[in-house]
Amino acid sequence: MLSQSERIKIAKRVAEELSEGQIVNLGVGIPTLIPDFLGDKKVFLQSENGLLGMGPTPDDENVNMDLISASKKPITMEKGASLFDSSDSFVMIRGGHIDVAVLGALQVDQYGEIANWAVPGKSILGVGGAIDLVAGAKRIIIACTLQAKDGKSKLVKKLTFPSSGTRRANILVTEHAVFKFTNTGTELIEILSDISMEKLKEITGVEFGCDNVKISSSKITK
Amino acid sequence: MNKLIDRSDALNYIKDGDTLLVGGFGLSGTPLTLLDELANSNIRDLTVVSNNLGEVGKGLGKLLVSGNLKKAVGSYFTTNRDAVEAWKEGKLEIELVPQGTLAEAIRCGGAGIGGFYTKTGIGTTLADGKEQKVFDGETYILEQAIKGDVSIIKALKADTLGNLIYDHTARNFNAVMATAGEIVIAEVDEIVEVGDLHPLEIVTPHVYVDHVVLNKYVKKGGVYVESI
Repeated sequence: MLSQSERIKIAKRVAEELSEGQIVNLGVGIPTLIPDFLGDKKVFLQSENGLLGMGPTPDDENVNMDLISASKKPITMEKGASLFDSSDSFVMIRGGHIDVAVLGALQVDQYGEIANWAVPGKSILGVGGAIDLVAGAKRIIIACTLQAKDGKSKLVKKLTFPSSGTRRANILVTEHAVFKFTNTGTELIEILSDISMEKLKEITGVEFGCDNVKISSSKITK
Repeated sequence: MNKLIDRSDALNYIKDGDTLLVGGFGLSGTPLTLLDELANSNIRDLTVVSNNLGEVGKGLGKLLVSGNLKKAVGSYFTTNRDAVEAWKEGKLEIELVPQGTLAEAIRCGGAGIGGFYTKTGIGTTLADGKEQKVFDGETYILEQAIKGDVSIIKALKADTLGNLIYDHTARNFNAVMATAGEIVIAEVDEIVEVGDLHPLEIVTPHVYVDHVVLNKYVKKGGVYVESI
């Protein structure tokens, strides 16, 4: 099980990837931690149930369960927020108007193809907006652990879980390392933990290029 | 003209085997009063098109328990354990649709468009068996429009003509479902006189709305509860 400090480490690193003024959709899980680590950087959070300009959780007296996030949690609106219906929301998502989608994943293949909505052999009864975001967001960042609970690498040569679409992720941020995807495969761009290169190669399910790696473990873990 | 009807009379417009478009995202923007009426009725074999099936024993979840449903079309059912169980036992058919495809299919249904091509789903099992077409070098799949015999939706307020406004993110699928039902019944917290809603705030023009019923629930602490 990933510790909260590791989840925060992933969220902080993804926050570094976001730029002032971007329109960002955050998936469930680790991505929801990101707003706490943006500092002075202003981004606009889009929630697929019909809000651009999502703000933090309200205090108890100001909860309105008709002002909620896509995770069905109470939220607030930032100044400049707007409300719209589901079809307009997916015009934003599918029409290429979302700058960045930060999503969790069950598996990512060596070229960045994502599996994040279904597990083989289990009933598949939910997809939500996950594959709309994969198909439509301008840039896709995957934020998840490098290994699944059973210790297997989530970064794999070939997906064994159902694909979320042929559209590929740009980068993968895990507790140990950040990877970039290109047409030729996976490239390690940054190490975030005290893990050795040998160990990282051992637990990562794909071969990766490592010609230009930034070592950030001391900065990030402290 | 006044479109207000008793909530029990709303059932006169719904019959066995109908396809119902039901507004809501989870329980937000869900017509709870109309769903209670349906759960207490003998109307059967309904196909419900809705993003979710409420929660266990709440909203559309009540119709699962009371046995009104034959099929559910939507994007996310795993948050209601009853839905998963009913599907496993073969008591409920489920058609899973990506959320954006669901919204766009209903929009097309309301706009007189038969279908549309989208990139969502390309390379997934949800695209199996669907026609593909290449536009400007990119592959799209064909999705068919969705229409309903009856739409039951939830708004914050209506005027007596049937113009509607919504509460924050409770607008969700309601506004688009208002366009795609043969008959549209809107459940609202309050009915006001024509002219009391400013044209700048009206989201759903009255042309789409056939009947209006009053919500029997009241909001306390941000949540709808049964009024005493």
